Amino acid sequence: MESRTVTEHSHALREKEYSTVELTRALLDRSQSHVDLNALITLTPEEALAQARHADKLIARGEGGPLTGIPLVHKDLFCTRHVRTTCGSRILDNFISPYDATVVERLRQAGMVMLGKANMDEFAMGSSTENSYYGPTRNPWNHERVPGGSSGGSAAAVAARLAPVATGTDTGGSIRQPAALCGLSGIKPSYGRVSRYGMVAFASSLDQGGVMALTSEDCACVLQAMSGFDKRDSTSINQPVPDYIDSLADSISGKVIGLPREFFTDGVDEEVARAIRESISVLEGLGARTVEIELPNSAAGIPCYYVLAPAEASSNLARFDGVRYGHRASGYTDIVEMYEATRSEGFGPEVKRRLLIGAYVLSIGYFEAYYIKAQKLRRLIADDFSRAFEKCDVIVGPTTPTTAFPIGLKTNDPVQMYLNDIFTNSANLAGLPAMSIPAGFDRQGLPIGLHLIGKYLDEATILNVAHQYQLHTGWHQRIPEGYA
Amino acid sequence: MSLNPDQVQQLARLVRLKFTEGEADDFSGQINDIISMIEQMNEFDTDHVQPMSHPKDMRLRLRKDIVTEKDRHEELQSGAPATDSGLYLVPRVVE
Repeated sequence: MESRTVTEHSHALREKEYSTVELTRALLDRSQSHVDLNALITLTPEEALAQARHADKLIARGEGGPLTGIPLVHKDLFCTRHVRTTCGSRILDNFISPYDATVVERLRQAGMVMLGKANMDEFAMGSSTENSYYGPTRNPWNHERVPGGSSGGSAAAVAARLAPVATGTDTGGSIRQPAALCGLSGIKPSYGRVSRYGMVAFASSLDQGGVMALTSEDCACVLQAMSGFDKRDSTSINQPVPDYIDSLADSISGKVIGLPREFFTDGVDEEVARAIRESISVLEGLGARTVEIELPNSAAGIPCYYVLAPAEASSNLARFDGVRYGHRASGYTDIVEMYEATRSEGFGPEVKRRLLIGAYVLSIGYFEAYYIKAQKLRRLIADDFSRAFEKCDVIVGPTTPTTAFPIGLKTNDPVQMYLNDIFTNSANLAGLPAMSIPAGFDRQGLPIGLHLIGKYLDEATILNVAHQYQLHTGWHQRIPEGYA
Repeated sequence: MSLNPDQVQQLARLVRLKFTEGEADDFSGQINDIISMIEQMNEFDTDHVQPMSHPKDMRLRLRKDIVTEKDRHEELQSGAPATDSGLYLVPRVVE
């Protein structure tokens, strides 16, 4: 029962094969017996069972929707009223939000049952979930490997079947990279599609909430419920959300798949490259046509991103000052000492590095050379995509250059860690929807992710292509050993 | 451009962090690695390119300047480190 998909649970709950309360209890027990993964920061059994009982009442009356009674975990940067929201940081260790994030509110209204809050890199800064105050999360496929990040707790929880689905956020690849490394389907929608209200800000022009699940179909169901205009987010897009589930069954015959030369370089591990080539053949077998495209400025993505994201972060994280909420240090004589002691104790090393870089690129004398330069490159990168999408419907490549790497390997080398985002962060810079789906395994049994980037506001096409691929492949059905 | 540990300490003050000497040494090595990486931006010609600050150059929406929230100050302050009579307490700022 625990290893089923959202869609399968939805059917079984309505057929009274088991109740929401039974499912919720089983998953809470499962979380307890897999605490060694460190996937969750907070488990919320009482709230979960109350929501489950409510869902069972609705289902008994024939009410509710397709997500009523479906358990999930939220990445611990979605604010939840009455349950603490830590962002993986000591500075918010005791923080209880006075309101729910829009995503949390909408999924609760859809009848979903929150089991707990998932571990993450502190303030979503990282690609391995090793930068958490609560310790690293382990990859269910191999406990000595990272699950990816920053939504690594969400990824590990779904891969280990502690929950059939999880929310995540993606600023430079933080949904897609852990989805790839944990063998999941994960989607980051277009910028503005999902409300950022109550999603603790890291880099506001790049952050976007999304879904991590076992199938593309499940991603479509949950994204549908999360998406749509929210007047409380000033960057929310007031555009109708198409029916993502409806278009999943469409044939992909005639769809044009763009293959960027820049995504198939020597830097990609050979086994990853082979799996991606084979996946492209599968799509061609389904009638899709491929065309070579160019994204000539894609090499600027990493440096551009690592200027803009820290710049925005250094401004956003100024709010954590020990005055209105969160941690306050003891032992200070004046207000500046209080700020410095609080923030020095409260933030971990990666957050500190990014605050320093952000302050540096925004300072007088360097602003033009770094920050404005990066904003210009952002335009070139976005323009490359616009030109490429004149020739194709979806862009495909590897999500990551390698499979999951060992815990500890890159923790002292931030630049090496940043290169994990090499294929993912350009979609954030351009605001485009993108997803990762399982596309094979390497010789060590570690999952490989296929990356799909869509046109602005066209989540439907990448979900459709991913679903058709999954109807003809079985990679997404594999379960890590010991978690069946 | 390369930063020495003193310059790292100056940056730290700007973002209200405090480092020991040892920490400033460690951070300056890593910060310099990151700066050399971001300087790869200079390999790209950006003359006559308009800076892009936001996806799709969206405009922020305006709304009417009306009260939308109820007074919830007790709840909002319940997680604050120190409050008194609805005020946040901080060390003395004005003598």
